[in-house]
Amino acid sequence: MDIKQVEGRKAGKLMLYAISTCPWCQKTKTLLNELGVEYSYIDVDLVPEEEEDKIRREVERWNDRLSFPTLVIDDEEVIIGFQEERIRQVLKGKKQ
Amino acid sequence: MNEISPEKIQKYYHQLLTEAEKAGYHLNSDLDLTLELVKSLLTNEERYGYQSCPCRWASGLKEEDRDIVCPCDYRDQDLAEYGRCYCALYVSAKATKENLSQPIPERRPSKEERKKKAEKEISHPSSLSLPVWRCQVCGYLCARQEPPEVCPICKATKDRFERFY
Repeated sequence: MDIKQVEGRKAGKLMLYAISTCPWCQKTKTLLNELGVEYSYIDVDLVPEEEEDKIRREVERWNDRLSFPTLVIDDEEVIIGFQEERIRQVLKGKKQ
Repeated sequence: MNEISPEKIQKYYHQLLTEAEKAGYHLNSDLDLTLELVKSLLTNEERYGYQSCPCRWASGLKEEDRDIVCPCDYRDQDLAEYGRCYCALYVSAKATKENLSQPIPERRPSKEERKKKAEKEISHPSSLSLPVWRCQVCGYLCARQEPPEVCPICKATKDRFERFY
């Protein structure tokens, strides 16, 4: 699967599910870049057709509305939509 | 994928703006965001052959995505409840800064729920002399044998009409 890695300081395990044409997903990536944290992301609309079901099930585990951006933190906390303040708050609490 | 030219984006933005204002709708005045959304609509038109919502996961099949072709079937409800549509291309005249900075929940039913709804709409026992058609984008109703080619109110195409009664 085409998961991209972005280097940065460790702030837990961050996985972002995004849509390539969505400006709110783009704002989320820009914010994570600005915060300089390490994260992974996948643009779900660009995955090959044969992998769509797999990635859909993966996202639905965290967000049954299948909406984007969906940010999963340490496999336990989920932030749905571009919630700038909440993302800042949660990542601030993560150790360097 | 071809990059959409800035001229094409500007031109389409002005077209959408004129159409929106004429019909009593408003585009988001955050121009950076709005132009990104317009660009994505044009990108999706190239990719899928229809202007799927930039912020939703399109299937690539028009029959499955008809409800999320912009303007989507959920726009008016979201404008009424949250002052903006799901992607925030359209906003209500009364939208506050708060409305536009916080995400809103996804209103679109799941694939399974959509399928159930489509199955429910098959039979329409009616004592009326003509069927009634409803535009799923704006709610316009008309009684005639077939829905119009284009909705006279919001300009949605014929395929966005459902049999209402």
